[in-house]
Amino acid sequence: MLLRALLLSALLVSTAAVAADAVPLAIKDHRFVPAEVKVPANTKLKLIVENQDATPEEFESHDLNREKVIAPHSKATIFIGPLKPGSYKFFGEFNQSTAQGVVIAE
Amino acid sequence: MFGAAIIIFRESLEAALLIGIIAAATRGLARRDRWLLLGIGAGLAGSLLVAAATQTIAELADGAGQELFNAAVLGIAVVMIGWHNVWMASHGKEMAGKARQVGADVKSGRQELSAVAAVVALAVLREGSESVLFLQGMTAASNESGSAILAGGAFGLAAGAALGFIVYRGLLRIPLRWFFAATSTLLLLLAAGLASQMAKFLVQGDFLPSLAAPAWDTSALLTTDSALGTALHVLVGYDARPAGMQLLFYAIALVAIASATLWVRRRDGAALRLHAQH
Repeated sequence: MLLRALLLSALLVSTAAVAADAVPLAIKDHRFVPAEVKVPANTKLKLIVENQDATPEEFESHDLNREKVIAPHSKATIFIGPLKPGSYKFFGEFNQSTAQGVVIAE
Repeated sequence: MFGAAIIIFRESLEAALLIGIIAAATRGLARRDRWLLLGIGAGLAGSLLVAAATQTIAELADGAGQELFNAAVLGIAVVMIGWHNVWMASHGKEMAGKARQVGADVKSGRQELSAVAAVVALAVLREGSESVLFLQGMTAASNESGSAILAGGAFGLAAGAALGFIVYRGLLRIPLRWFFAATSTLLLLLAAGLASQMAKFLVQGDFLPSLAAPAWDTSALLTTDSALGTALHVLVGYDARPAGMQLLFYAIALVAIASATLWVRRRDGAALRLHAQH
């Protein structure tokens, strides 16, 4: 089944060459704004995460398998997807008590 | 303080487990401790440099510099662990026989230990630079005192190191007969897990397609951030929702290192038999 999934997606993989849609996301006062990001399923996207705080943050998601340190007052691009429909939690590892969010692919 | 302790513990865990396993795997090699300490020291110094250069690294390669950097660090670590396993395949028997000091020629032993030091340095570097950034940010922004935060960080680091030491002592209890097979297998799986993480960064930076995201989902059974999930993540590369490309990298690293090891073992076996005949 795994092999079939791999082969199937290898066929669909031309997406890698297609420019991905940008989805903006901000970090402000150690919170994600918006905290809920709705994105289309089965599409490759790039999250543009802008850290507006004066301290670094690490965008991390076990669900999306992503981790990226974002320096203070700077933007970072994180490619995600194509995602199967569902919800994918993410958080700021350096401020986990407040920095929580979720990507909803539908 | 508590928050700092937990984060630094988590960051140090991966490096601590790796150092514990590799310290056990290189038991009996002359001047091993010195090389391990050298690796840790170089990793810590590198952490400060990488943390200071975060912004510069991030802006390289059109904003994907951090992904490339992490992928490179992981890739080199995989190759070095592979090298270690192959070296062990031809020298392990000899070491098991003498147990204490290796009679293997000094130059070869030095090469092996410098590879091991590099693996240790890279592991410390990866988690260390994140820890430095975290502590910097926290002391700058939090209303806790800097010393309380640093004390928390030191406590987390000590806990991580203690766990690494427990793993080390535990591995040393394995009977010599199975010892090198056991540590080589552990390192093989660990290296495959690092290869999978390398793929993750290359997908994240859009250098490679994900090939199914995720390929499967076992988060209902075991989440990656649970205690067991974290341990398995470090030891065998467990991910609850891996991308297809991660599985591919995992498989390639596993097969490449295992077949190189087997090939060397068989070659040495054949040479020995030939030697015995003449």
